[in-house]
Parts: sequence; C-alpha cells; structure tokens
Amino acid sequence: MIRARRLERRFGDKRVIRGLDVDVERGGFLVVTGPNGSGKSTLLALVARLLAPTGGELEVEAGRGEVGYIAHEPLVYRELTALENLELYGRLYRVPERRERIGMLLERYGLWDARHERVEAFSRGMAQRLALCRALLHEPRLLLLDEPFSALDAAGAALLDGELRSAAGERTHVLATHAPERVRALATGDIALA
Amino acid sequence: MTTYLGDVAVLARKDLLLELRSRDTVPALLLFVVSALVVFRFALPADASDLAATGLLWIAVLFTGLLALTRAFVPEREQRTLDGLVLAPCDRSAIWLGKGVSVLVFLVLVEAIALPAFALFFAPVDGPTVAAFALADVGIATVGTLLAAMAAASRARELLLPLLFLPLAIPIVVGGVGASVADDPGRYLAFLGLYDLLFAILAWATFEYVVTE
Amino acid sequence: MLVVAGVALAFFWVPTTPPPEGFRQRIFYIHVPVALTAYACFGWAAWKALRLLWTRGERYDLESYTAVHIGVIFGVLTLVTGSIWARTSWGVWWTWSERQLVLFLILFLFYSAYFMVRYSVDPGPRRANMSAVYALFGVVLIPVSVLAIRLAENLIHPVVFTRDVDENLTASQLATFVVCLLGTLALAVALYLNELTGKRLDRRLRELREAIAA
Repeated sequence: MIRARRLERRFGDKRVIRGLDVDVERGGFLVVTGPNGSGKSTLLALVARLLAPTGGELEVEAGRGEVGYIAHEPLVYRELTALENLELYGRLYRVPERRERIGMLLERYGLWDARHERVEAFSRGMAQRLALCRALLHEPRLLLLDEPFSALDAAGAALLDGELRSAAGERTHVLATHAPERVRALATGDIALA
Repeated sequence: MTTYLGDVAVLARKDLLLELRSRDTVPALLLFVVSALVVFRFALPADASDLAATGLLWIAVLFTGLLALTRAFVPEREQRTLDGLVLAPCDRSAIWLGKGVSVLVFLVLVEAIALPAFALFFAPVDGPTVAAFALADVGIATVGTLLAAMAAASRARELLLPLLFLPLAIPIVVGGVGASVADDPGRYLAFLGLYDLLFAILAWATFEYVVTE
Repeated sequence: MLVVAGVALAFFWVPTTPPPEGFRQRIFYIHVPVALTAYACFGWAAWKALRLLWTRGERYDLESYTAVHIGVIFGVLTLVTGSIWARTSWGVWWTWSERQLVLFLILFLFYSAYFMVRYSVDPGPRRANMSAVYALFGVVLIPVSVLAIRLAENLIHPVVFTRDVDENLTASQLATFVVCLLGTLALAVALYLNELTGKRLDRRLRELREAIAA
C-alpha cells in the first residue's frame, strides 16, 4: 500500500526526512514515533500527498478520495456548524448516502446533540472528534493520524481506540504518536524517526 | 460537469455563509470605499474635471478589491482547511472558482454602495461605466483569487498580494477608466472582456499548481 | 568567448555605417535588440515554466528562474537605453507616450514581484510551482499590456513626440541592426548559460557538503 525508498523531504536547506525506507502492506498498521521536529507530521503529509518528496521515491496505492487525514488542527471551519462542515466535506468527497452517514458518525462520536452548534463553541476534544468524523466520512482505505490522542478527551480516546481496533486489518493505518503503548497491540510495523 | 458546478456552488456557498456569520469583511470594505472617495474629494483640486474623479473612483474600487482579496483565503490559512479541500477528489480549480464567485459577490456589494456614493459626491454614473465595473469585477476576482492563494502560502502574506496584483491590474484600470470616460466605450469594454477571458482560462488551468506540490 | 567577440563586433560596426542622426540613431541599434532579447527571455522562461508544470521535472525551475533573471536585466537595460534615447531625442528622461518604455515599466514591476515570490516562499516544489504559474501570467501580460497601452494613449492625451526613425532602413542599417540583434541575443544566451551552470554548481556543492556532514 505504501512504499518509500530513500525518501527525503527538505525545507530550504534543512532535511527533515532523509533516506527513509517505508513498507506498509494493505491492512497494515504503521506506528511512527519520534521527538518533536523529527518529521512525523512531515511523513504523514508526504503520504497524504500534501507535500511532494524532494528526493527518493514514494508510492501510495490510494487515490485522492480514499485517504483520511487527521492533522494537528481539526481542519474544520470554525464559523460553520458541525453539520455544515460535514455536509461540505461530504459533498466534496462524494460520499454516498451522505445524510445517513453524517448522522451515524455524529451519533457515534457523541456530537449529534451539538450538530447545529458552531465549531467555535466546541471544546478541543469535541473539535477533534469532529475531525475524526470528517476523516472517516468517506470510508477511506488509508487513514493517517497525526497524534490524534493528544487533543482527545477520555471519551473520545476510547471511541478512537474502538474504531482503530475494529478497522485494523481492513483499513491501512499510519499513526504518529508520542505514546505508542496505546496502539502497540495493533501495530504491524513501526518507525522511529530521529 | 454537474458535479463540478455543484462543487463550485458548495464552496461559494460556504464562503458566503462564513462571511455572513463572521461579518469580518464586507462592512469594512463598504466603509473603506466610502472613506476613500471622501479622501479623494479632498485630494482633488477645486477645478478638477469629472474625468479625473472617475479615475479616482476606479482606484478606490481597485484598492477595496485588493482588501477583499487579502481576506479571501484567511479562513483556509488560519484553520488549515485548505489541506482538507485539497485532499478531496474534486477538481482543485473548483476551489478557485468557488472562492472567486464569493469575491465577485463582495465586489458587487462594494460597487452597489460606491457607485451611488460617487454619483452623490461627484457626477452621475452612466451605463458603460456600470458595464465596465461588471467586467472589471470578473477580472479582479479571477486573477486576484489565484494571486491571493499564492500570497497566502508565502511568508510575506498580506504584503505580497499588492505587489503581485497591481501590475496585472493596470490593464483593468485602463479598460475601466477608458470605458467610463471615452466617447466610444465599446473598444474598452471589449478589451476588458478579452482580459477576463484570457486570464480566466489561465487561472483556471493553473490554480491546481498553486495549491499543490 | 565567441559570443563576447560577436557582441564587440556589433558595437564596433555600428559607428562605421553612416548614421545621419548621430548618437540618437545608434542608441536605437542597442535599445530595440535589447528589448527584443528581453521578450525572448521572458518567453523562454514561460516555456520552461510550462515544462515544469507539465512534467514536474525539477531542473526546469532553475532554468525558468534564470531566464526571468536575465530577462529582467535586459528589461532594465531597455528602460535605461530607452531613457537615454528619449533624452537625446526629445530632451526628457521619461515620457509616457513611448510605448516601449511604458510596457517595460509594467513588466519590470511584474517580474520584480516574481522575485518577491521567490524570496518569500521556502525553496521546494511549492515555490517552483508558484514561480512557474507566475511566469506564465507574465507572458500573457505582455500582449495584453501592449493593447492596454495603445488604448490608454487615447485617454491620456500625451504630448506626441514625433519619431525620426520611421524612414525605411537602408540595407547597411538593416544589416547593422540584425548583427546587433544577434549579438545581444548571443550575449543573453551566454549570461543565461553562465548563471545556470553557476547555480547548478552551487547546489551540487551544497548537496555534497550535506552528504559529507550527515
């Protein structure tokens, strides 16, 4: 699913990722660890194809509508409601049976009651849960998570745990985290960035 | 095709909704353009012709447009939602068109205030002038939206946009002022139309590369 | 080396042909070729920009950038020589009725902003893409600006200065002009290749240095 050889990404003169080899088979679960600034977010952005490599090769066997991405920010519009945000993404990602799917996700992640509230009124945990809904909305084959547990509250974290457990093996995951113990059981591979 | 237009509509609606909720931009633009006109009144000598005033009207609208463009990608930049939009399977040019439509709406709102104000302060505004503004708006929105996306991705941000925009805006000013004051506005309106066509095609084709790598 | 000799030849040959108007006429032989060369540079930059966007080949970025850089140098030269010509012909350092001058003023502003883009975006694929798109806008701007300037002349009612270079060029004058043109183009090509190799070497050096440090 993901294959990288001698992957490199530089910003100006600084090489944030250098000489990295990655192999993730379909349904695999890659855990990426490393201190701040070691390039975890950069690696995820490269796999998402938001950034292009400046050296080496990278192949990702997932098309544009098949990747779910959870970044540090929830990537939602603050002045729109939860429902409006998901409606927007649902249309752009061509989600079939949009209304039902949105409703189902909002319920599952405990946001149904808050669906008509603007995101600016959400707590950080709620916003991150909305981000999860956004990322899962189009049933991606590849899910990229950049330190998802850091912004989640306990309830949200439990929900995410459950989601990852149930989908592991069917969906391919790449998860960057400071606390790998949480997902140690699920991991099929890991990379430690320096 | 319908999905493309659907995407554009969804995105334009999103931007208009954002503006409606936050009311950041449009009120400030309206106030700015009227203030600018008043300042220009004092900057003109007493015996200045209506023609000179028309030129200044165009400058006022142009700079107000520049302000609108500077704000155009702010939500996408601050909340990093541009990443979310770019990852979607829709055509990236739909982002440009959707945003451009919302900028166009703001410009029209600005002119709805500016032109009557100008007629009140200086001299009446005629048909060709209105047509010229309509065409110029399209030009400003198409070119400006792409340049705004470029500036948003840079370090210099608000500083960069005027530098990028003004040289490209010179033909718009020529066409616009020409149509407003000349005896045969047809030529100038046709020129504005040509500008719009050429740069719209170019912007539509190249926007993808401005927001991706 | 050959190129420099060619250019020198062009500049030495000019005085030998009989110019009835003196110095004024000679500036023409430099001013117009320089302007045409600048157009060629911008066109070349746009071509390389198109190649970059088409094929995503990284080398085109440097080629496009260098072409713009050389183009701007020749653009400034056009403004300077044009200004000198205006001074010797009409006694003013600047006039809005001289189309070439106004056009190059606009282009100078435009391509200066190109460098601002290069400067304020971190080096990488993003900057390469944006520069390429901007270079394409530039090349479309050139004919549009020509039209705009032509239209604007009717508006601004400038003082129209008569030109005295409108007579048909004699054979020797034409030959001189062509030689100057070729010489200037050759100079541009030489500068372009020179700068390009220099930049490539710089980058190679930096890469090697990093590889050693790692």
